[in-house]
Amino acid sequence: MKTLYIEDLEKIRKSAQAALLLREQSDSDNSDESCGLACGTPHLQLLCCGGTGCKASNSHKIVENLQKVIEDNGIADKVEVVTTGCFGFCEKGPIVKVIPDNTFYTQVTPEDAEEIVKSHIIGGKRVERLLYVDPKTDKHVSDSKHMDFYRKQLRIALRNCGLIDPENIEDYIARDGYMALANALTKQTPEEVIDIMKKSGLRGRGGAGFPTGMKWGFARTYQAEKKYVVCNADEGDPGAFMDRSIMEGDPHSVIEAMMICGYCIGSNNGLIYIRAEYPLAVHRLRVAIKQARELGLLGSNIFGTDFSFDIEIRYGAGAFVCGEETALIHSMEGKRGEPTLKPPFPAESGYMGYPTNVNNVETLANVPIILTKGADWFSSIGTEKSKGTKVFALAGKINNVGLIEVPMGTTLREIIYDIGGGVKNGKKFKAVQTGGPSGGLLTEKHLDTPIDYESLTAAGSMMGSGGMIVMDEDDCMVSVAKFYLEFTCEESCGKCTPCRIGNKRLLEILTRITEGKGTMEDLETLKSLGETIKDTALCGLGQTSPNPVLSSLNNFYDEYVEHVKKHICRAGQCKALLTYTISPEKCKGCGACKKNCPSDAIMGDVRKPHVINPYKCIRCGMCKSRCKFDAIQVF
Amino acid sequence: MEEKKIQLTIDRHVVEVNPDMTLLEAAKTIGIEIPTLCHIDLKGTCVQNKPASCRLCVVEVEGRRNLAPACATKCTPGMVVYTNSARVIRARKTIAELILSDHPNDCLTCPKCSNCELQRLVMRLNIREMPFNGGEQSVRKNELTVAIKRNMDKCIYCRRCESICNNVQSVGVLGAVRRGFNTTIAPTFDKMFTDTNCTYCGQCVAVCPVGALTERDYTDQLMRDITDPDKVVVAQPAPAIRYALGEEFGMEPGTVVTGKLATALRDLGFDYVFDTDFGADLTIMEEGAEILSRLQRHLDGDKTVKLPIMTSCCPAWVNFYEHEFPDLLDYPSSAKSPGQMFGAIAKTYWAEKMGIPREKLVVVSIMPCLAKKFECARDEFKVDGNPDVDYSISTRELARLIKRANIRFEQLPDSDFDSPLGESTGAGAIFAASGGVMEAALRTVYEVHTGKTLPHINFEQVRGLEEGIREATIDLNGFELKVCVAHTLSNARKIMDRLRAGKLDYHVVEVMACPGGCIGGAGQPYHHGNIEILKARQRAVYQEDEGKKLRKSHENPDIQKLYAEFLGKPMSEKAHHLLHTSYHDKSIH
Repeated sequence: MKTLYIEDLEKIRKSAQAALLLREQSDSDNSDESCGLACGTPHLQLLCCGGTGCKASNSHKIVENLQKVIEDNGIADKVEVVTTGCFGFCEKGPIVKVIPDNTFYTQVTPEDAEEIVKSHIIGGKRVERLLYVDPKTDKHVSDSKHMDFYRKQLRIALRNCGLIDPENIEDYIARDGYMALANALTKQTPEEVIDIMKKSGLRGRGGAGFPTGMKWGFARTYQAEKKYVVCNADEGDPGAFMDRSIMEGDPHSVIEAMMICGYCIGSNNGLIYIRAEYPLAVHRLRVAIKQARELGLLGSNIFGTDFSFDIEIRYGAGAFVCGEETALIHSMEGKRGEPTLKPPFPAESGYMGYPTNVNNVETLANVPIILTKGADWFSSIGTEKSKGTKVFALAGKINNVGLIEVPMGTTLREIIYDIGGGVKNGKKFKAVQTGGPSGGLLTEKHLDTPIDYESLTAAGSMMGSGGMIVMDEDDCMVSVAKFYLEFTCEESCGKCTPCRIGNKRLLEILTRITEGKGTMEDLETLKSLGETIKDTALCGLGQTSPNPVLSSLNNFYDEYVEHVKKHICRAGQCKALLTYTISPEKCKGCGACKKNCPSDAIMGDVRKPHVINPYKCIRCGMCKSRCKFDAIQVF
Repeated sequence: MEEKKIQLTIDRHVVEVNPDMTLLEAAKTIGIEIPTLCHIDLKGTCVQNKPASCRLCVVEVEGRRNLAPACATKCTPGMVVYTNSARVIRARKTIAELILSDHPNDCLTCPKCSNCELQRLVMRLNIREMPFNGGEQSVRKNELTVAIKRNMDKCIYCRRCESICNNVQSVGVLGAVRRGFNTTIAPTFDKMFTDTNCTYCGQCVAVCPVGALTERDYTDQLMRDITDPDKVVVAQPAPAIRYALGEEFGMEPGTVVTGKLATALRDLGFDYVFDTDFGADLTIMEEGAEILSRLQRHLDGDKTVKLPIMTSCCPAWVNFYEHEFPDLLDYPSSAKSPGQMFGAIAKTYWAEKMGIPREKLVVVSIMPCLAKKFECARDEFKVDGNPDVDYSISTRELARLIKRANIRFEQLPDSDFDSPLGESTGAGAIFAASGGVMEAALRTVYEVHTGKTLPHINFEQVRGLEEGIREATIDLNGFELKVCVAHTLSNARKIMDRLRAGKLDYHVVEVMACPGGCIGGAGQPYHHGNIEILKARQRAVYQEDEGKKLRKSHENPDIQKLYAEFLGKPMSEKAHHLLHTSYHDKSIH
């Protein structure tokens, strides 16, 4: 294989930069003028989101159609269509962005392609109906710079997502890609690089927040004939897709960071552990690895040095517990995905017994840019103990569902109300769950909590890997806690007693409460058992699994008591606690409810008020949906 | 060089220990016994299970966020540890309650009652209520094989059996199946033992802390046969029984109870009480002759002779090589095990002599072993469907029978075994320990081959408990006989892999499946992880040997008589027919 030298990389960067410069500049320009061939714009680019979410909404067909229309109109030499990674604004996907005027089209369909090309690209006139409408002003916003969703964001880990073509290594190189590696290999010692990482204050983004530089330092101290760099891409929180988006949108940043890590700890072997149900991310990684090998970036004697490195992909079957690093390593070894006690830490004895360094995808994505821009730049962002930014997958009852990246220290309120656009349908905010099944439910009073590792933990939740689910007044907190516990019960490997049996008992108690069969003693047991599980479980999964229960008990105790004492679920979610009755004043005796009741619970003569037999009623809600007179009442 | 000690504080006591010690071990040095359940460590051997998964041994360590498992947490200088703080006691109690909430409530009729480690723990933790009672109980597959009973509803998921099956025996039948609350320890895909390459070594039973894995009980069948006036019931206790049975009656481990054993068997109603040690001596005659014959061929330059010759007394080992090494079946000796040789002789030579028809004669072996239950049921060892050994009971089953028959074992007078199948030598007695068969064979092989009397009767080189594989070279009139002794099947696998690779240059190899040989057999009184018990039994074995007038199998007068009257000479046609067997490919892959 040929050797790629730093000068060669520089050449590629220069030649590829022109196309990228257009995108970068238009991103920083603030122009309201729309461009088009008719206005004399010499060259245009159409960026179309190729993330899993937008692809599910046919974004690949949009690309096809755009290309066809462009060809049909003979402007292929002036207009380029680029498939990029995720833009983050998934609520409004699929997204198409026009360069250089930075027009941000939302919810585009394949049928819109013709209009976009003809009206905007050729005619220079924006397609107004596809522009984002600001819910506050009801006005069209053409440019993402002017959207609240993007205004408070700072994209570092996501710096290339939505900007480059993830399947084109030259795009990445144009964005200074692999320069950090080249500099590290040719100009810095491993110790110097580790030192920069330590000074930057970067902490693990997988959830625990362990300082990355320190981790690398430990792995470096152990001597062995082989060492491994593992990328933990086993993202498993319900509703979270930060890592997936990075791998889909910017796979080379992960590869580059793994190589830098390999250089620092003295390893030549990289392994990416990714769940098999991320086919697009797997595909993009494979393409990226292939391209890097072809260029001579992966292989032996990289940049003419004596450093060699290569990467293999390992597939996980999607067990949540395999995100725990020891379980992940066992899974890669072909064993049952089960955690083992630490110490020994993987740095000492990991994959196949060799020293191993495991980093999460988002952590790795931060590495190259830290080396490029310096530790001081990175540590100037964020709070005292949590530096840089954090990517969150914003979901639930919120207007702007999507992927966001904010500086540490941003408050929950800013995320939910400014970036997220507030609670959907004007409902009242009730809680936000951070950290997925390991996190906690935070309330109104926590909204001004600045986001960093320590503050979230102090508030009774945790940073986790970045899931953030917003709940409104229609959500029952007992049911939510139950939902998360069902998840952890299912995902428990079963190894240690507290997690295997303890979580099951917690779930049984919660189920009892949602069925109106709970007692006040149950609430005590929930608390004491939950605390014992946290205190005694073997791995991170068990040690955090009672968090949703304990935090909701803490913050929504009244709601629990209502379930137990009054048999009421104020959110109307706990079916067993609902009572369906028919208002005799409103009922016209039409019989629609009676006819559609699947359990024959409704009695009554025609044109006379009907009644529901509560013992037969299965609370399916069919009568309510069929009543034209709003006569069915639910308590 | 003396290792540098470190200081830490446990329950306000300052303790000085080696830095590689766990908190559990450190606490033990000052008399603090932290409860454990999943943990087992037969010190010095490979029998270990340290998954730190039951979490009952958790302790409080100052400065640590959560509680630490004492069994797996190493001591560090200046550590301040509490093993009995309110927080620890509460957590420990809750964990025990959780285990109980998924464990059947049938202690009174459980075969492990009073021998159950969970039961002891619950008593110790003073649990008087079942707070999580009424929760769902996990339902798992149960099975009754010819040797082992699986009642997995009782499994507490300590995974000792899994560690033994995989790490100690390398058989790999048991593993975790399914996840979370529904996890079970079972063969892959939740298959039955009978569909796997389980060797029935029973070491999973030997370490199970609860009643999930137990031996199949044949005591009721035995009592039916004894009380049947039409049947003549004959007992043959294995060598290893007499060194361990006393433990079941509160006697010191290592107490030799040969005489009491014979009396107890008679009191139970056995018509004749013979001794498997006789069968052991007979085995040496046959196996010794086979060793000599193969050696002679080797010395004569015969390249086709299969060496090393391997012992074949251990039925789990036989199962192991039939399952896993079907290409190497001509290496093991064709000699049957002592118990099966005894049965074959009892049902022919002796039965004819006594005029007892075969179908009325019931031969019962009392074995330290569970694989023997499987062995005596093999078709190879039946004549017209009638087995040479009708069934086999374990040391523990015999102890239960004795207790039920109101016999105060420890006060019994001694008596002798019946003649003629009760006479034995020290060579038969040492079959109970790993290395014993080898030593017994060497005593005979040496004297027969060289024609000289052994200058030193003991072959200390082949004795031992802790080393998994031992080697020795014996001078046979100038010929260097290289021998090897292995115990546990993982060590046997190492030998077999080397044999398969053509890298083995021994002449004779002894293999026993259980740690320490039959003294550590799966039918013996439970050792509960205490290596001292095995050591005491081993000492007793050699002590019994030293006390014997005759210590070489070929000097046994009853054996000599048997050959003179019935068999002719070792490896004669008759001997071949009655005392030898063949092996079959039973690989399941």
